[in-house]
Amino acid sequence: MRKITYQEALNEAMIQEMERDKNIFVYGLDVTDHKRIFGSCKGLVEKFGKERCFITPLSEDAMTGMGLGAAINGLRPIHIHQRVDFLVLAMNQLTNMVSIHRYMSGGKVKVPLVIRAVVGRGWGQSAQHSKSMQSIFAHIPGLKVVMPTTPNDAKGLLISAIRDDNPVIFLEHRWLYFTEGEVSEDPKPIPLEEPNILCSGEDITIVATSWMNVEAVKAAEVLRNRGVTVEIIDPRTIAPLNDDAIIESVNKTGHCIVADNDWIHCGFGAELAARISEKCFNDLKSPVKRIGFAQTPCPTTRPLENEFYPNAINMIRLVEEKLNLKPTDLSGEEFYSWENRFKGPF
Amino acid sequence: MDKKLNLELYKKVYLIRKSEETIIRDYMEDEMKTPVHLSVGEEAIAAGVVHATEKDDQLYGTYRNHGIYLARTGETDDFFAELYGRKTGLAKGKAGSMHMFCPEYNFLGASAIVGTSIPLGLGGAFAKKYKKEKGLSFTFFGDGALEEGAFWESLNFACLHKLPIIFVCEDNELAIHAYIKDRQSFKSISDIASKFGCNVFKEKSTDPEVIYNLTLKAIKKHKENGKPSFLHLRYYRYLEHVGINQDFKFGYRSEDEFNKWLKVDPVDLQRKKLMKMGISEKEIKALEEKIDAQISKSVDLAEKAPFPDCEEVSIDVYA
Repeated sequence: MRKITYQEALNEAMIQEMERDKNIFVYGLDVTDHKRIFGSCKGLVEKFGKERCFITPLSEDAMTGMGLGAAINGLRPIHIHQRVDFLVLAMNQLTNMVSIHRYMSGGKVKVPLVIRAVVGRGWGQSAQHSKSMQSIFAHIPGLKVVMPTTPNDAKGLLISAIRDDNPVIFLEHRWLYFTEGEVSEDPKPIPLEEPNILCSGEDITIVATSWMNVEAVKAAEVLRNRGVTVEIIDPRTIAPLNDDAIIESVNKTGHCIVADNDWIHCGFGAELAARISEKCFNDLKSPVKRIGFAQTPCPTTRPLENEFYPNAINMIRLVEEKLNLKPTDLSGEEFYSWENRFKGPF
Repeated sequence: MDKKLNLELYKKVYLIRKSEETIIRDYMEDEMKTPVHLSVGEEAIAAGVVHATEKDDQLYGTYRNHGIYLARTGETDDFFAELYGRKTGLAKGKAGSMHMFCPEYNFLGASAIVGTSIPLGLGGAFAKKYKKEKGLSFTFFGDGALEEGAFWESLNFACLHKLPIIFVCEDNELAIHAYIKDRQSFKSISDIASKFGCNVFKEKSTDPEVIYNLTLKAIKKHKENGKPSFLHLRYYRYLEHVGINQDFKFGYRSEDEFNKWLKVDPVDLQRKKLMKMGISEKEIKALEEKIDAQISKSVDLAEKAPFPDCEEVSIDVYA
């Protein structure tokens, strides 16, 4: 199968869906400028015209409500934010209107609204261009929260999000935009609420979200060389959460680490840890451990940023601790970082 | 003067007034467990504006939405059932007074957070333009919403894109208990709205016919130049912000002011107008009795209706 990048996969999903359904339109800041949301909106305005792809005023709140109004009237809006941090300006509409509208109508309306937002990281993104916030969105009943990791997920899950009759918050990590992978040329939806088992293993389960899957895969590679097999599960959809595969895996391995691309406190890892303790209590060999951002605002300078973000090394050390293994010698081990490709500024 | 029009308008203001008087009468029985923001005093706006709307036009309201709902639908069965929290209500009791909703009548949402339904109405207007469909979005809000960012964001976008929307500002000068003079630095919202490129209209009348004609003008102007229209309509809130009581005793507003407005009470005004037009007391009474009977029947049905089943709590969170 041909390989394309995550960015190209997002772009292809939108083009194919917009060709299929004229009720889909794309809007947001910078969707038609020369950068096109890191390339993901390439060619849209040329192909579909400015009626179906247009920029907006800097009015995140009203533009979100506008999407809701359009959605209940038969359209399928895709609203795009270059950072999750900007989406926070729309929290009133999201929590007080978008998420409740179907319920408050007694089920009389549908809200097929997709909100794409990019999670920033690195090169000094700092405290206001680096948020992920999936647990905050996932806390609100009525919203779906999706975090694609691979290019294939990016395309297949975006297609499903667009076809879904509910509001979907679609969180894309900036660094994943560069990743390449096999992606079907046909518009092939991947069902929401279906986790992806990135690698199978017997000794420990790592549940990871978004970029943390890239770190987990590297950690698993290193550990495999010393005979430890890790099972990596990417839930992909955070809300509503289908935990079947996770529970099954932890029942098998007895150990679990949740590596969430977000702050730990009150986060997705806490939710999973609670579910695992409820459902796997008798099979657990050690307590569930959580990995995530430091409980601080994200600092700008590189050395402090290194402290803020967890990585594959943290995962390896934690696995060793759980399995009572001596620390692996990691010298000579290359921990790749897409930051080598991400030279900023945005 | 048009007898038929004025009879229709009277039916609307009377239905609203009588429905809310019924709520006031029965509220202390504690069966309607939903905060009510009553429209008493505002009926001319609800009746006048809504009567000027066509079937394809959409309505978006606030928590003070009973008047608009009743003027639009004329029905009271589902309405009271919703207030009583019953299975037979508009949203099976999930919404209550503050979120009246009835897509069958193109009444597409009401919100209890000030200003939040304005972007919703904006989206309705956007969809009309996008799909090249007939009809306008009538988006209602109070004077308090003028202080919310969502209002300015929506006004800007609507004017920029010349959307088919009629902004209806129902100005009672009060946001809960705070007067407009203590909240707003600007003196004339219609001046500002005109600078955005809106067609602006303002009125202080409590005569539903005046509001009706003004709304027709606003619609006509929009159709002529494609710009959104903005109606700034004054009225007086007779009762407390939320609840069924008068609140003059708390001293934040004077009863004298109320008495001035009471002299031009919209329901009273319209009734007297009908009499002046030669419609007999008997004819008016007959019409009123018919509405009274409708409301009594609706309340009776609501009281007897079952509550929703327990499973209903988790239904319709997602489609």
